[in-house]
Order: sequence, then structure tokens, then C-alpha cells
Amino acid sequence: MGKVATETVLDVNNLKVIFHTYAGDVKALDGVELSVRKGEVLGLVGESGCGKSVTALAVVGLLPPNAEIVSGEALLDGTNLLAMGKDELRLARLRDVAIVFQDPMTYLNPVLSVGLQITEIIASQPDLFIPEMIKNRLEEISAIEKSNGGLTRELQVEREKLQAASDTNRLGNDEQKRLTQLYAISILKSVRLPEPEKVFKMYPFELSGGMRQRAMIAMALVRRPKLLLADEITTALDVTVQAQALQLLQQLKEVIDTSVLLITHDLAVVAEVCDRVAVMYAGNVVEVADVTELYRNPLHPYTQGLLASVPRVDVVAEQKSIQGSVPDLMFPPSGCRFHPRCPKVFEKCPNAKPTLIEVSPGHLVSCFLFGG
Amino acid sequence: MRPKPLEAGELYGRRADLKYSLHLLKLNPVVLVGFIISIAALLIALISPLLVNPSSWHLQNLDLRLCWNNPAFNWGIGNVFDCPGKIYPLGTDQYGRSLSEMMILAIPIDLQIALEVVLSAVVIGVFFGSIAAYVGGILDELILRITDVFLAVPGILLAIVMIVVMGRSLFVLTLAVLITWWPFYVRLVRSQVLGEKEKPYVERLRAMGAGGPRILFEHVVPNSIYPILIQATLDIGSVILTVSALTFIGLTPSPLLPELGNLANQGIQYFFTAPWLILFPGLTILVISLGFNLLGDGIRDIFDPRLRR
Amino acid sequence: MEEGYFLQTVDLFKYFPIRGGMLSRTKAYVKAVDGVSLGVRRGETFGLVGESGCGKTTLGRTIMRLTDSSKGSISLEGEEISRVKGRNLKMVRRRMQMVFQDPYASLDPRQSVRSALVEPMKIHHTASSKSEMNRDAEELIEKVGLNPDHLARFPHEFSGGQRQRIAVAIALAVKPTFIVLDEPTSSLDVSVQAQILKLLKDIQSDMGLTYVFISHNLAVIRQMCPRTAVMYLGRIVELADTQRLFANPKHPYTRALLSSVPIPDPAKRKGLATLQGDVPSPVAIPAGCRFRPRCSYATDTCAKVHPPMVEVEKNHWVECHYNLDFAVSKI
Repeated sequence: MGKVATETVLDVNNLKVIFHTYAGDVKALDGVELSVRKGEVLGLVGESGCGKSVTALAVVGLLPPNAEIVSGEALLDGTNLLAMGKDELRLARLRDVAIVFQDPMTYLNPVLSVGLQITEIIASQPDLFIPEMIKNRLEEISAIEKSNGGLTRELQVEREKLQAASDTNRLGNDEQKRLTQLYAISILKSVRLPEPEKVFKMYPFELSGGMRQRAMIAMALVRRPKLLLADEITTALDVTVQAQALQLLQQLKEVIDTSVLLITHDLAVVAEVCDRVAVMYAGNVVEVADVTELYRNPLHPYTQGLLASVPRVDVVAEQKSIQGSVPDLMFPPSGCRFHPRCPKVFEKCPNAKPTLIEVSPGHLVSCFLFGG
Repeated sequence: MRPKPLEAGELYGRRADLKYSLHLLKLNPVVLVGFIISIAALLIALISPLLVNPSSWHLQNLDLRLCWNNPAFNWGIGNVFDCPGKIYPLGTDQYGRSLSEMMILAIPIDLQIALEVVLSAVVIGVFFGSIAAYVGGILDELILRITDVFLAVPGILLAIVMIVVMGRSLFVLTLAVLITWWPFYVRLVRSQVLGEKEKPYVERLRAMGAGGPRILFEHVVPNSIYPILIQATLDIGSVILTVSALTFIGLTPSPLLPELGNLANQGIQYFFTAPWLILFPGLTILVISLGFNLLGDGIRDIFDPRLRR
Repeated sequence: MEEGYFLQTVDLFKYFPIRGGMLSRTKAYVKAVDGVSLGVRRGETFGLVGESGCGKTTLGRTIMRLTDSSKGSISLEGEEISRVKGRNLKMVRRRMQMVFQDPYASLDPRQSVRSALVEPMKIHHTASSKSEMNRDAEELIEKVGLNPDHLARFPHEFSGGQRQRIAVAIALAVKPTFIVLDEPTSSLDVSVQAQILKLLKDIQSDMGLTYVFISHNLAVIRQMCPRTAVMYLGRIVELADTQRLFANPKHPYTRALLSSVPIPDPAKRKGLATLQGDVPSPVAIPAGCRFRPRCSYATDTCAKVHPPMVEVEKNHWVECHYNLDFAVSKI
């Protein structure tokens, strides 16, 4: 897995995570194999307890203290995030990989204004951002020049100062503060928040759910990360607001050229915005394919069952369900973890664990029906 | 919106709770100490009549006054009489009684008062607090204002007035402490029930046709009871301290009463000649109330879901 | 509205006062339900769909008398129930039950399944002896697809889907005729949802129940409800046979809603139409037509005059000044 011709931004290999709780060990991830290609939106789909959030948290280094990464690696552009020291990881989080969560109200600091939370990020590592901020502001000034047919004296002076500074990459304190603020406002604008200067001063509770989610996305994109992890970002939103958020995600992807790992349980959202899909069940990735291929030709029995159980707005059809329920991962089933619920189970399944193999170009399955 | 089902690695169930609790107990030696002290105090209280004749506190033997003959410790003060006869582990007091025996008699008395106060406060608190929270409106306001009044009264002054008016007795002492204690429990229960009654299962019960009293006493109160029990355990120590303080300043039925605060009070005047008389009762007050405090803290840590991990 | 509805509301209002200031004066009202008239026929599953703040949950709770309506009438089988109290209310409660959204919080964690099932029997005296209660409990638990060993267990030992089954069993314990289902599957995994929905359908035909099915999920509504009402800011803006509603929505909001729902088929990717802005607050309801600020077809009339409820085709009602026709080729 991961040895594809196209460049990958993230390669997760054989990731195993165990949670040590006082009644026993929960084997949450049992060898997750995943890769995100440059510039794509990969949907990571699965139901509760399948480990999709755990995978994201593991990659970013945000697992709770009782979690143990037993084995595996998460390569971001070749460097193993899981092997990094704390400071290195913090820098990587700042610069290269960003995560947005489901409930922006709990993940935004309620006592700080939105603007302050964004500028805080920039102020923590100003050197990283100065070139970008200068460039951004120069572009803004050029745009003003174009639309107004000229610049005021003030703006001309500012432009000269910035051009000088862009050589040395150093700014005076006041300059830096002002530039940071302008940069933050321009980011709020880029996520389509109305009246960004006002939003800059507002507190999270003053914003609606959809706006908060945009603010969170804005904070994630401040540093133009290589990879954006979006963990159930639309689950808590109303369907009309969800549509806005998904549209935003697509628009941003064009502009910023980030790769996105979109984690969700909603197969309709995945069909709408993702390029490729990885299906997870009980701690393993069981199928990976291009989005059209997956929906047209699902191979893994779980994927088939899942697709058959999704209610649809466009047709009236009897939904099927998968018998049984998600296993308790403290005592996971032997062999293939899906075998107790699988309609196509046979003798080999409880006794051995299948691995992901490529059945047709780009389409991988982890099931003994297809070798593995 | 989907509420989050169990988070990764999160557990539920009694089996998990128990194992986690035991683990925490092992992990936290301080709680263990508190636990041991509390159990020891309770045990002593229970077997006290077997160890010491319960009426021996009335007897005075002036020959044995203020003497110390425990070879394990030498006070280094002049004028310490040596007691004739058997060994008195903690010396004797000014009435000629063995201090160790008096303390063994005192522990059950203190504990009994503490348990009476705490249990009564819990019962009163649960009754009025839960009704105030559940019914709301004017009844709630009324109960709250009454508790406000009682909370504003300084406990010690109230105790003094009551004893002056109603006479010195253990009953009055207990009552005085109870009167200053119960308002806190009413408020505590009230805030717990206020939170609990908003939970979906309460609404489901209402939709089912369950009446107020049933919902309140069979469902809401049992689910809110943990923090109250924790507070009660903590308070056992605090009540002992309070009662000892009251007897220390002299509000005792009899100067001979074997009660820790009283014993300490009786011993002040002999601080330089027989320091054991104030030292040991004082230390015991400290240790027992500390023990229950630690136990209460520990139980809270174990059962408070937010403090887990 | 015809005569003889099983459940009917006429001009039902529920306003929540917002108190403030030193003397707790009422500053404003949250107009959660702002004039709803609907009729549910015996034995049907009536769908109520809308986004957050539309008032569907409040409407459900008001019908169930969990909260008293501010104005208007509710009648169950011809009997006015909006103002009954005390013993009469208790008797009404026996006939209508509710299943809630959150299977994790709607059961008392300290109560065993058996105790929870038997409790409604005790409250309404539907069984005369302990053994009869136990027998009924066993019947109920099997009816919802679990087995009698589960009776001794406690809620935390069950999965979400199983807990929801238990909740359904408890609702059935008093043999009601009417059940309000408030997002019964929204908190469940998708592979389990179908099981619960099928259970609900089976029980309905088995026991002749009438359902009001509340959901924000249009796909589920389409599968479950032959008739649906779309709610926006406290009022019903469209009401029709579900298939007609989906094939030919007449209200701009309904249309926007339908176009915003993604379809689990990448071949049918359509670029979700986005409705501008956020759902306004039920405190500050726009004048005239409440949907006007977000409506692409709004005119001056819409800002000034409240639209009438018009029957645009048989059994298809819309609250709009205009008879719009959206070319809905595929939804």
C-alpha cells in the first residue's frame, strides 16, 4: 500500500493502537493501511467505533494518555510523524497537517475572540508566516491598485516598506502586528464569512454553527497545510448549512491545494465530494477505491451491506440492514473482524486475518473472497 | 444531531467501574491512608464498650492525678509524677482517669454525633432540596430563602444561644450543629436535581404518565446521590471538628464528659505540667477528621467521571 | 381539513417567553410553533421534516402535552386534549406515547430493563398481578426483537440500536394507539437504522398504530412516511403526499432542502445548491413571508403580506403567494 505512481502526502502503514482501560485493553486499530494522494479528497468512512477518528488523532499526535501506538508509522511526505519528538511534532502540526473537528463550539476557545485565536497561531511562529503575509498583503494592495486605478500615498509607502521587508524577512513589532491582523481578516474572507472585519472581533458564541465551522476551517488553513484532516465536520450541521460547508471545502481545495482526509459516517457526503474512498470497520481499512468504482462495484461484504442500508432521497427502496452489531473491541472477533456479521462467511474467515490487496487498478479489498 | 456514543477507549459498566476504582485506590496512597484511619476509628468506636467500662468516666481517683508512667516516652519536664500501679499508656488526667481510656470512650461519642448530624442533614437535604428543585416556582423560592437565613447565622453563636436557652446536653449540641449544617445539603441536593431533571429519561417518564413523586424519588434522587454521599463523608470529619470546637470553648454538659474537644479543653490549664492532656486528644481530632476528609476526597476522585484518566 | 382525523391540531401556537431584567419581565418570545394546523389520519405515518429551529420537536412535545400550548387546540380521536389535567391527562397519556432521539440518555441508567417495562404497567394499572406483568414484559421484549435474558440487564450493557428497541418496548407497554417518534434513528449507525425502521413498520401494522415521524433526514422520511409536512420557523410551509412532495416541490424552501441533500451515488453528483445565509432565529421572525430573506423568488408582496395556505393540487398544500414550478428533473 502506498507504492502508487502518484505522489502521496500521507502514508499510514500497519498502524496499531490500543487503549489501556481499567477493565481491559481496547484494540482500537489493528493494522490500518491508508494513503492520501497529493491534491485529493480521500473519504474515510465507517460507523461508530470503527476507528476513523482514532486514526486521525494518532496521525496528529492527539491521542489520550491511555492510548498506546503499538506499531506502525504515519509518513507525512516521507517523515514519520509518530516518531517525532514533541517539539518537532508541534511544528509539524503548525505547518504541515491541520485538523478540524466536529463541534466547533467545544474546540474554539470561548473566551477569546475569533481574530485573536487566529493571530495567536501566527504569533507563535512568526518566521513561518512572514513571507506569506507579506506576499498576501502585496497582492491585496495590487488588487486595490487595479480596481481603484491608483494608490493612496499611504498604501504606496506601505508597499515600499513591504517590498524592502520581503528581502530581509524582518518586520518591526507594530508592522508585524498590523500585518498579522490583516492576514487573519483575509483568511476569514477566504472562507466566505460575511463582514470579516467584524467577525474578527466576535466571540465564538456570537456566531452561528455554520459560521463557527468556517472559522475553524479558517484556523486550520492559516498555515496552508499539506494535509487537512476533517473529522465529522458536517455531522452536526443542518443539511442546508452542510451544503454550504461542503461547497466551501471544494472551493478552498482549488485555491490552496491541500489534500484532505474527510472523515465521516455519511456515505452521501462522501459520494458528493470525495475522489477516493477508504472504508473502515472495527479498526481496519477493508476497502479502498475511486469513488465511482466503490459505489458501482463494492467488493467487501461490509461495504455492500453499508451501501444497501443508506436511505436515499432520490428513490424509494427498502433499506437493508447488516445483522448483528459492531463488536466490542476489547474482545474483538478472531480472524476477520467482520466475520460474525458477514453474509458470505466461510471456514477461513474466523481463523485468519485478511490483508488489503489490489484486486483491480486502484481498488483494494481486505477479504478472503478475493485472496488476501 | 448525533450525540457521541462512547469515545475511543471509553468504558462503561459496573465491572469497569469497580476495577478502575480499585486501581485508583492502589494508585493513591493518600486515599488509602484516609480509608484506613476512618475504618480504624469506626472499629474502635464499635468495640469501645469491650475495651473500657462505659461508666468509668464518672469515677475520679485523686491519687492518680496527672501522672505519666509510660516508659516509651520521657517528657523531659520536671515534676511529672510517676503513676503507681499499672502502666497508663497516655498518662492520667486531673481527675485521675486514664487518658487512653477516656479517648477510647470519646471516639464513639464524637462519631455518633457526627453520624447523627450528617445523616439527618442528608435526609432533610434530600427531601427539601429535591422538592424545591423539581417543583420550582414559589416553593423553590421559599425553601431557598429559608436556607439563606440559616446559612447567614454564624454556627458558633447559634450553638451558644441554644445551649444557654435549652441547657447543656449532647442532644442540644447535636441539634445546634445540625441546624447550621442542613442548609448546605438542601442547596447541594437542589443543584444536583436541577441538573438531573433535564435529562431525556425524565421527559420520557413524564410522557409515560409517571407522576412527580415517582419520578423524583424513584429515579432522579437515586441518580443524583453520589456527590451527596461524598460530601457526607467529608463532613463527618468536619462535624467532629465543629463539635470539638464547641466543647473546647466550654459548651459541654459536664467537664468530665469523655469527648475529644472537652478533653483537650480540660487539658489546657496543664499544658506545661502535663502536656499529654491536650496533645493526644488534639492529635486525635486532627487525625480522625483528616482521615474522613481524605476518604471523601478519594471517593470523589474515584466516582467523578470528569476526573477520570 | 376534513372531519374525522385521528389527531388534529388547529392553529396551534407555542411561544416561550424570554425573561430578563430585574423583575423578570418578558422581553420577547421564542415563537417555536407559530400557528400549525394539521390532521393525521388513523393508521398513517405522518412525516414532519425540517431543520433545527423549525419547531418540529416542540410541536411533537406540545402534542404530547409535555409542554402546554400557548394557544390553539389539539384533539385526539375527536377529544380535545390541549387543556386536560390531572387524572384525565394521565388517561390520555396512556393512549399516546413517545420515542426519543437519544437512546443513551432516554433510559434511567439505574433501572433494569424489566423494571422499566413494568413501570408503565404499574402507573396505569394495566396488569393485575406481578406474574402478569412479567409475562407482558417478556412478550414486549420479544416483540422488539430482544430476548427474555435481556430483562435483567441494565441500559449500559446494550448498544444504541438495542436501547432504542427497549425504548420502543416501553412505549408499547401500555398499548397506546398513537406514537410520536422524534428522530428515532438519527443517533444510530446507518447499518442499524434500517432494522429499527423495519421494526417500527412491523409493529405499526401489527398493532394498528398511528405515527407522527419527526426527522431532519429527508431520505428516511421518504422511506417511512406516505404524507409529509415541511416546517420552517414554526409553521408548515408545505404539506403533501410524500412522493408528490419529492417529485414536485412547490415551496422554494422545500426545493432548496431537497437540492441540498447529497445522494449516495457519485454518478448523481449534482453540486449541492446552497441556500444563502443561516436559519434565522425563532425570536426574530421576518415580516410577511418568513422565508423571504433567503428566497430567490421573493417579491415586495412577500415582504408585506403573510402568504396564504393554498391547495395547489389535490392534497398538496403550500404556503406561498405564487404557484412556482421548479424543473425538478431528478431528485
